[in-house]
Formats: sequence, C-alpha cells, structure tokens
Amino acid sequence: MSAVSIRVTVNGTPYERQVEPRTHLADFLRHDLGLTGTHLGCEHGVCGACSLLVDGRAVRGCLMLAVQADGAEVVTVEGLASAAGLSPLQEAFREFHALQCGFCTPGMLTTLVQLLEDHPEPTEAMLREELSGNLCRCTGYAGIIRAALKAAPLMKAQKETAA
Amino acid sequence: MTTRFFGAPVQRVEDEALITGAGRFTDDIKLKETLSAAFVRSPFAHARIVAIDASAAKEMPGVHLVLTAADLPDAWRDKRLPLDVPAPAIRHPLTQFALAAEEVCFCGEAVAVVVADTRALAEDAAEQVMVEYDPLPAVVDCREALSPESPLAQASTGDNLAAKWTNEYGDIERAFAGAAHVIAEEYFQHRGTGCPLEPRGVLAQYDRAADSFTVWSATQAPHGIKRALVEMFDIADTQVRVIAPDVGGGFGPKLLTYPEEIVIPHCAQVLGRPVKWIEDRREHMMATAQERDQLWSVKLALDAEGRILGLRGTLLHDTGAFVPWGIIMPYISATTFPGPYVVPAFKLDTSVVFTNKISTSPMRGAGRPQAVFAIERLLDRAARQLGLDRAEIRRRNLIPTEAMPYKVGLIYRDGQPLTYDSGDYPKCQQMALDTAGWDGFEARRAAARAQGRHLGIGLANYVEGTGLGPFEGATARLLPSGRILLRTGAASQGQGHRTVLAQIAADAFGVAVDEVDVEVGDTASVSVGVGAFASRLMVNAGSAVGTSSQQLALKLRHIAAAVLDARLEDIELSGGAARVMGTQGGQITFREIAKMSSGRPGFSLPKGIEPGLEATYYFAPPQAAYSNGSHVAEVEVDPQTGLVKVTRYVVAHDCGRVINPLLVDGQIQGGVAHGIGNAILERMRYDEAGNPQTTSLADYLLPDAGNVPDVEIVHMESPSPLNPLGVKGAGEGGTIPAAAAIASAIEDALSPFGVKILDAPMLPETIAMLVKDAQARKDAR
Repeated sequence: MSAVSIRVTVNGTPYERQVEPRTHLADFLRHDLGLTGTHLGCEHGVCGACSLLVDGRAVRGCLMLAVQADGAEVVTVEGLASAAGLSPLQEAFREFHALQCGFCTPGMLTTLVQLLEDHPEPTEAMLREELSGNLCRCTGYAGIIRAALKAAPLMKAQKETAA
Repeated sequence: MTTRFFGAPVQRVEDEALITGAGRFTDDIKLKETLSAAFVRSPFAHARIVAIDASAAKEMPGVHLVLTAADLPDAWRDKRLPLDVPAPAIRHPLTQFALAAEEVCFCGEAVAVVVADTRALAEDAAEQVMVEYDPLPAVVDCREALSPESPLAQASTGDNLAAKWTNEYGDIERAFAGAAHVIAEEYFQHRGTGCPLEPRGVLAQYDRAADSFTVWSATQAPHGIKRALVEMFDIADTQVRVIAPDVGGGFGPKLLTYPEEIVIPHCAQVLGRPVKWIEDRREHMMATAQERDQLWSVKLALDAEGRILGLRGTLLHDTGAFVPWGIIMPYISATTFPGPYVVPAFKLDTSVVFTNKISTSPMRGAGRPQAVFAIERLLDRAARQLGLDRAEIRRRNLIPTEAMPYKVGLIYRDGQPLTYDSGDYPKCQQMALDTAGWDGFEARRAAARAQGRHLGIGLANYVEGTGLGPFEGATARLLPSGRILLRTGAASQGQGHRTVLAQIAADAFGVAVDEVDVEVGDTASVSVGVGAFASRLMVNAGSAVGTSSQQLALKLRHIAAAVLDARLEDIELSGGAARVMGTQGGQITFREIAKMSSGRPGFSLPKGIEPGLEATYYFAPPQAAYSNGSHVAEVEVDPQTGLVKVTRYVVAHDCGRVINPLLVDGQIQGGVAHGIGNAILERMRYDEAGNPQTTSLADYLLPDAGNVPDVEIVHMESPSPLNPLGVKGAGEGGTIPAAAAIASAIEDALSPFGVKILDAPMLPETIAMLVKDAQARKDAR
C-alpha cells in the first residue's frame, strides 16, 4: 500500500509523516508519534477510550483515518496539562477518585474538555447523558461525574480570565 | 506505631501518570525490533482439524513466522496448559493446548499464529492461513449437556460431566419432612464477560545469551504465568521474569494463563526478536474466559414462623470447553449458598458440565452472585407465601452476632471449615434499610403509581470469603536516598494497591505516603507470589507489608539507639529520621542510616546489628476473612417496554477496618455498576451452533453513566481477628448481591402483574414478555 504524506499538529507540535491510508488516527498517534496516552478499548467506535480532540471536537481515534487528520490540530491527553501544571479537570479526577485502572481516562478527559467547553454549567443529568458514549468498567462513573461538576466552574473561570 | 494514614482518604499515587497519558500499559511498551502477532481462530464451536495450509500466508509481505500445532516443540504434543487448582472431583482435567492440533472445542480457539512486521500485516496473513475443518455437533446449552442424546463437547471424553460432588451437613430429610412450608424454584444465570477496557496483551523478549525470557502481560497474576512458563518450557524459574505493567482492569478473566501467553514467548525465542500480541475486542468476546452460566434447582424448608429448616437442591455449572481453573468457581457457588443465614441442614449436588463455548473462570464475584441470587429469591418467595415483609423474613434468619465466629458446617475452598470470623449481619441489614428508607417506600410507590409509574424496592444480603491464602510476601527496604521501597507479589489492575500499601508502610516509618515507592506486578520483586484475585490483596499483601515494615522500622530504631546512645524505647521515627523523644538528644536521618549501612569502607554498623536494611515477611492467613453486606435497590420499570432504571442504590458494607475509604467506596461503586450490568444488560449470546453473537460492545451492552446511580454507601467495621490489620477484602462485594437485589426490586415493581423473576440478566425484551404472558394468564382466568 502506498503511503500518503500528511501534516498534522499534535499538542502544538507540527509533524509531517508518511502514513498508510488504512492506518487510523489512534494507531498513528500511538505507534508513529509514540503518543501512547490515547488508548484503544474496542477499535469499533463504542467504548470511547480513544477519544481525542481534532480541531476542538472530540472524535474517536479508531474511527478516523490518519489521512483525514491532514492539516488538523489534534490534542491528546498528553496535551491537557500546561507548563503551570494539571488542568482543573485532571486535578478533579484525582480528587474524586474518578479513575481506577486509568485506561478509559484519556477518552473521558478529552470528551469532557469539549463537553464543558460547550456547556460551562452542566447538570448531572446532562453529563450522564453525554458521557454515555464513554465506557468505564472500574469506577461506576460516580467519581467522574463529581469531578466534572467540580471542574466545570473552574474551567469557566479560567477561560474568562484568559479572555 | 502512630497511625496517620491508615483509615484516611489518601489520594492515589497512581493517578498523576494516568491522567497525563504517561501510563505504561502492555501495548505502550516499545522494544526495538518488535514484531506483531495475530492468531488464526476456529470459526466453529466444535470441529476436527483436517488440514492446515499456511504456505500462502508464509509468502505474504512482512511475514516472519507462521506456526501451527505441528510446528510447536515436540514436548508440547501431549502437554496441555497447567491446570490451576486441581481437585479429586474433576473427572476430566482438560485445559487448552498451546495451539489446537486435532480438535477445536469453542469458536475462537487458536489454531495458528502469524508473526509479521506490523499487526496489520499479521492480520492480513492470518486470513490467508487455510484451515480445513470437519464440523462436529456442538453442545451449547449446559441444561442439555447431560442428556443421553447430547453430543460430546470434547471428543476424548465419554460424557460431558467434568466434575461432580455433594456439599452437605445436618439431617436434610428430617428438615424437609417437618417443614410447614417448602419453596421450590429453578433459577438460571446466563454468562457475561469481565470486559476490562484494556483487552489482554502479551509482549515477550528472549535473551539468547542468558537463555531467559522477559514477558510483559496484561495479567492479574504474573506469578501464575511465570509458573506456567516454567512448566511448559521446562526451565528453571530464574529463566523467566513476568511483568504486569499498568493493567487496564482485570475483574477475573485476566487471572488465567492463556495459550497466547505461552505461544508468544515461544515465537520470540524462535525469531530472536521481541514479539507482541494485543487482543482485539472481538477476540476478547470469543477467547477470554467468561462467567455465570448456572442452573439452580433448589428447595427451601421453613417452619410456620418463617425460620429456615433446610436448604437443598442441585447446581448445574457450565464450565465451557475446559476447566482451566478447576472447579473453584462452582465450589465457591455451592458453599456461598447458605449465605448469612442460619441454615440447620444443607445438601447441594453440583455437576460441572462441558459445553462448546469459551471456558468459564472466576469473574468479579466468582460464583457468589449466582448463589446469592438463589437464596435471596427463595427468601423473597417464602416471604410472599408467609405474608411476611422481605426484610422481616431475613431478620428472623440472619446469624446473630453473638454466634460469631460461626461455623457453617461446610468446608471452604481453602480446605478449612467454613467459619465466618466476625460481623453483625442483622445490624448491617438494618443500616441498609434505614439508609434506604425501606419503611417509607410504600408512600413513594403510591405517589409514583398515581403518576402511572411502577417503582419497586429489593433487598439482598451476602457474605463473602475474602483474603484467600495461601500467602503473599513483601520486602521493605531503606534505599540510599532515605526513601522506603516496598517490593510485593501484588499485581494491580486499578485497585490502587500502591497507594494503600504505601499508607501502611508510611505509618510504620513515620514518613509521608509519597516517600514510599511500591513495586507491584513484577515477579523479580519477590521470589514467590500469588496474584490479585478473590479480594485477597489487602489481607495478604497488606499484612505482609505491615509486618515487614514494622520489622525494618524496629531495626532502624535499634541502629539509632546505638548511634545516639539512647534507649530503644526512647527512639521514634518521624519525618525521615530516627530521633530521641522528648529531649534534645539528637537524631539521625534515614539517609545517614542508609549510608552507614551501605558497606562503604569507613562506615560501620553498631555492634550486634546485622547488615542489610531490609525485611521480608510472608503473610499466610489461617483461613478466609468474611466480608458481608446488605444492598437495597430501587428501580422503576416500564411494563410496556421492559426497560428498567435503577433509581437508587444503597450499600451497607463491612470489610473490617478500612485503610482508605476513598478507594473502598470506589470499589463498591464500581462493583455495583458491574452488578447492574449482570442484572439488566450483559448477556453473551450464542446461536444454536455455538457461534457467539455478541462480539462487539454495540451488541454486548456494558453499563454506561446513565445506568448507574450514585451509590449511597454506609460502612460498618468489624475487624477480622485473622490478620494483624483487621482488614477483609472489598473488591467484589459491590457486585455479589446486586443482581439479586435488583431482581427483587423488579419483581416488586411488577407485583400488580404477578410476574416472577427467575433468571438473570433481565433484559427489556424478557421483562416485557413476562408482563405480557402474565396479563394473558390473568385475562384467560
């Protein structure tokens, strides 16, 4: 299979790579760029563990081909913390024991980043509905919901300060 | 020892890496020159292998190796994988071969392996391995396996009966002869899968110079894999190191040693390059062990007041195509059946049968959820027949706390008399009822009915043998940096063992939790270890860490006393130093002690102190420590669609002393989620020929954030007298009674229709059908 050249910016760093057309974005990030924070739980688009942000939108890394990301800005879990430290959402995950094995966590975090961006004042019911596309086998979700509710106003305040 | 961290909701040391993407799971480990493997698997539930033609696959680009059973070492021709936990009751001790040679016994059984430059190329080539099969009739439903007309699941056996035994005590005939009421019912539990979010995976490296293997595996039991490799390759145990790096959930299925964990190291040896295999989700649904298929045909004898006189019946357990873990799981089921109740006479005949499906092995709860379902359903039925409240009939039968320690009359799986060590079951149930507002439920129900909604409430109790031996070891060591290192036989799949073990050690040394490093999941850490299953690690590894830390702490105080010229009892450890209490008597830091003891010329230890700043201790519990709990579920059921929503869930829980409530609550919340899945969502479906029908997460439904309420948890603490920490296991209690409590609640919600819930899972279509049938019966009358 002949490789295709793509340019993609991941967590602020530009890359130019040759990829096979059949390689999906999550495999490209994990195996070509060595960004193994993005996890694959089902490889058929259901579990949400491989969720990442492409141009600000949460997508499933296993359902998008790397070639489709040509020209895109990608943010993975490795890009969520800043030089100043963990993001409020990451801090809240630790505080509320929102992770056990940590395998679904990257997808939970990236999905919530977009969700809380779109809905800075979420209700619990709305979070449960929206997060139903991300499966966690360990926590029973209670800690994740609590963490999101705690982080939402902090993220909103952070955004307002930045603006 | 002053306690500062034991009992505190300490945040986890594991988290920082996992929330920043710096975790290191098996597929994240990149070794140079690594090749990828894919397995060729049987598309039939039962077939004879006639011929395999791998010539086309071998010619594919990037392919390095294709192996079938014929290519494996001669010594493996008749050598099946080791059977963990053998038992005399097993009639046919059949485990899998590394690769199937002549016969495949379930759909998904591996018959060949392909190793190529990349996973994609390996999968391409695997499709080109041509296997000619001669399909054989398959046994799919365990309820038909013992019929004389049934096909054989294994061609080599004369029947499908893998094992058979009886557990009994008391005079069962007299109990039933004198009963005022006898309840008889039949319950069936269908199988599901553990489904950790990270599938299985193996990476193996062979070092030709040292003639040794290093194997990374997403496993719960690295020491178990090591033992299996030593046995299969017939090598010394110094030639194998097995590492479980970060593991993305376990829940039981990752406890076994699988054929892939033998075949991949062999490929690495043949090729002289590292070889990796990562299971995909479809393979996980086909070839990773499952659990819960059991048929219970049982009878409960009661006196006129609703007191239990006897419990009897038969248990039919589906082990699938093999018995990789012997009969442990059905044995646990059988001995869990009496539960937290006084049962004067008991007799249960258990038959374990082969079917042509992937083997069953312990999955969160390990045979207990089915037993709890059976006894709790019987009690609900008895309550109805006697006109008693469901909580009241249980109250009349719960073992009183004065009777502790309580000998049930059975022998548990550890070979010891089944003895509940401690607990107050009636009080625990009352706590659950009070928290749930059991007495006020009728008002809530009536209010909902006025709006056309059907609410129900259910209750279930359980008792669980945890902290199973035989042992677990731990070494505490003072490092040159002054930090403490713990090396344990523990393996972790998300439970937070590193945090909790560090809490225990931190208290012994008077340091902060983050000054303790904890190694888990590496067979190089301790010479022998067991693994993470049966809610056993806090009891075993926790106690081993506690004792070894105290031994080393004592040694540090001895050294300090000699150096500072003080009495031992005046030396305390705090802030990374040993100091003389209450005076200006000086101190010596851990780092200085380490330096003094490092063997450097010019430094010497005080007289009478043996060199080496470490202590190793193996803790072997005398018997299991029994956790218990009471669950109350509230549900809303739509009788039309059969849809169930668990609206409220209360757990009163006793796991002895709680080391970290944040983590214990997390285990319970997650365990309940698993139980909700077992109750209303998760069903592995097979067609009549034994083909699995639920091989994606779109077909097999796991609980999502919308299905699982925030569980209200209340704790009792009855310390176990069986270990120095007073702890009991907490990993499975959330799951064990959940299906029973939810079944009780669904039946309660549907009481206007007179529906009986006898099976699990209770899927919407089943419930809707039950309501429809009940209506039809009513209309016919």
